[in-house]
Amino acid sequence: MAGKGALAGVKVVDFGRVFVNPFTAMRFGVQGATVVRVESHTVLDLQRMARPYKDNVSSINTGGSFTESNSSKYSITLDLRKEKGLGVALKLLEWCDVSMAGMPPGTMDKLGLGYEVAKKLNPDIIYFSTSQLGSNGPLSNFAGFGHHASAMSGLYSLTGWADDEPLGQYAGAYIDAASPRFGFLAILAALDYRRRTGKGQHIDQAQLEAAAQLMLPLFLDCTINGKVTIRNGNRLPNAAPHGVFQCQGDNRWIAIAVFTEQEWQDLCRVMGQPELAFDARFASLEARKKNEDELEKTVAAWTTKYPPEQLMSWLQAADVPAGRANNGKDLFEDDQYKHRGHFRFLKHSVMGVHSYSGPAYRTSKTPDQQFAAPALGEHNEFVLREVLKLSDDDITDLLIDRAVTTDADLPDFGAAY
Amino acid sequence: MNQPSDNKGALAGYRVLDLTQGGCLLCGKLLADLGADVIKIEPPGGDPTRKIGPFYKNEAESEKSLFWWAHNTGKRGITLNLDAAKGQDLFRRLVGKADFVVESFNPGYLDSVGLGYSAVSKINPKIILTSITPFGQTGPYAGFKGPDLVTWALGGYLFVVGYPDKPVWISYPQASLHGGAEGAGASLVANWYRGNSGEGQHVDVSIQECVSDLLWNVTEFWDMNKTIVGRVGNGWRTAHAVMRQVFPCKDGHVVILLFGGGAAGSVASDKALVKLMAEEGMAPDWLKTFDWVHEFDTMVMTQETFDRVAAPVGVYLATKTKAQIWEEAVKRRIYMAPANTVKDIVESPQLQARDFWVELDHPELQDKVKYPGVFIKMSETQPKMTRRAPLIGEHNTEIYVGELGMTKKDLASLKRAKVI
Repeated sequence: MAGKGALAGVKVVDFGRVFVNPFTAMRFGVQGATVVRVESHTVLDLQRMARPYKDNVSSINTGGSFTESNSSKYSITLDLRKEKGLGVALKLLEWCDVSMAGMPPGTMDKLGLGYEVAKKLNPDIIYFSTSQLGSNGPLSNFAGFGHHASAMSGLYSLTGWADDEPLGQYAGAYIDAASPRFGFLAILAALDYRRRTGKGQHIDQAQLEAAAQLMLPLFLDCTINGKVTIRNGNRLPNAAPHGVFQCQGDNRWIAIAVFTEQEWQDLCRVMGQPELAFDARFASLEARKKNEDELEKTVAAWTTKYPPEQLMSWLQAADVPAGRANNGKDLFEDDQYKHRGHFRFLKHSVMGVHSYSGPAYRTSKTPDQQFAAPALGEHNEFVLREVLKLSDDDITDLLIDRAVTTDADLPDFGAAY
Repeated sequence: MNQPSDNKGALAGYRVLDLTQGGCLLCGKLLADLGADVIKIEPPGGDPTRKIGPFYKNEAESEKSLFWWAHNTGKRGITLNLDAAKGQDLFRRLVGKADFVVESFNPGYLDSVGLGYSAVSKINPKIILTSITPFGQTGPYAGFKGPDLVTWALGGYLFVVGYPDKPVWISYPQASLHGGAEGAGASLVANWYRGNSGEGQHVDVSIQECVSDLLWNVTEFWDMNKTIVGRVGNGWRTAHAVMRQVFPCKDGHVVILLFGGGAAGSVASDKALVKLMAEEGMAPDWLKTFDWVHEFDTMVMTQETFDRVAAPVGVYLATKTKAQIWEEAVKRRIYMAPANTVKDIVESPQLQARDFWVELDHPELQDKVKYPGVFIKMSETQPKMTRRAPLIGEHNTEIYVGELGMTKKDLASLKRAKVI
């Protein structure tokens, strides 16, 4: 845990909340930075109470949504409404290299943890804020969930079928899940700038602006050509067949994406119908686009006879792009993920061993340092004593005052909720 | 935010050699936005990515691909044939002066031309080589073809969106863009380590893993509950109901989440919506006194209750335009948003106010083009889009003559030999 990883020595305080900011902060911890996650027993983060629960037992420390975005962090629980609780948070601002928060604009200021306050304590702090629409400007008052960011960003209008209503992504969390890689990038750039110049800064992420990076040419097409791109199922203008086909089995699907005439001919060969490649209805991209419904029916008549993994194996062997639509279970059995060590089975202090997804990249000399997500307040002692170097007396004071919260401070939910 | 007038960007002074293609080009664009000196290296005659539409005024030419334009702002461009021995030599010389190489070739290609990590790190031990591929450098899928629909499927996102009887992706390809963005961050992770150790390293990004990174808690549902997360169309599943979230409005659709129970912000939002509806006489009396805290708790709410509430809400929303809905949502903090189309975003007055758009000069077309702006705001080193994407070989003279000391005659003979 200590001292290893590409980002060893980088100090991050993560003030939450929910998904975007914690998922961004986690990326530092996974690479060996020291990330302190500030939580509270009196105000529980929404993710602490989100499903799934290990073995279906719901509690603040058995939720899988929380663990997926909070691995590799130390949890301290503070009552920020108490002067001494706020005092610890201020000490963390002084200690850190990077402060990170994802809350409605203005909230950190109201808590007494705003940028101006942070800069006085820590003049070269890198202070990161993330919100859907940014912390200033006419939209900063907007409130919403990930669904709303996705809707505003145009993603809904781009998902589904042309003759049907727009569709949302999984759990409304697409922009939430995508924004972190952009925030991570900006903070790393700021850290390097500070290393070379001594200067920190305020980084303000509007998740909508990150989302726009995933659609750039569409804006140009609209402003230059007046074209408005909307949803069109699984098709693409410059490829055919390009779609998702049902396979043998229950809810089993394969994606096939043919871009060249060679791939089309090879697909027909694998299908056992080589002459189909030169059928007038399908012999060119133009022809296949014209007869796309019939084309897809023809492919589907074949795929429906075989399991998707068999089809993928045959097609990839013939250099035809194809991939099984992996479900949650399939991902654990995916041969490439086994090779990558994508899933890590780490020991959580309450749940025992359970799965975590690793990062999407490997660094050849500095293996990552992922460890299990914390139980609520698990590291109070560690953070107060080892990180902030407080004395025994100080620590006792904080506990007596309930500025550092414990399970005794949990709201009265009853045994399970 | 006030910027220091000499702001050259957080990554000013770093040089990136950009060998990526397709959506992975986003990697170099983000690094350029951050101030790095990014040199896009294309094969002589131009990168295949230039064939990808849409096109400026629908003219399908190699200098008019809007896909190319969008993902190559801020970069300079040179041509170089990596399959030619002389081209490989030139690349080695460039690597000597570079900090990063980013690439998205098939695994093994750079090694096959003597330019893989082990080769370039001998020339420049500090070099960071970031490879972005569908499945990674090694493993059973390393040789697979992985266009975006395929990595979207194998990464798990295809399965979880759509209707129960048919999965659907996002119609504008996303996967390799995520790979590009991840590659930029991962390069800077290695850069931090380099600052402490003096050593570069090889960074291996998997687009499939970038896709899985978007799944939130899908794998936890399997690991913890042995539940396979499936598709529910536009419904939001609660304990006893499926809540509709997309409603038609006057000129399109709106997304609204009606939550209740202990989520204080949601209850306030629901009440604000009812108040808004009441101002236009569209809130039934029972809705004005509805107990959102107890009757709309997602743990107890029934389908019947949800449908009864959704009905008048749906009737109200159908009378409003997307613009009106956004205005009220912002003003009154209601959890609703228009399902914007690209056009709605282009025309949004609020986005103009946040400097969302940047105008870049295209002197070769005697035109100025409005581009979507940068991905973040930074108070000291605000990212900037400094120039349009390069033309084919636009900076050959600047780099080969200006930096590597060639003569114009050398350049011409290299061109004839198809090295550049």
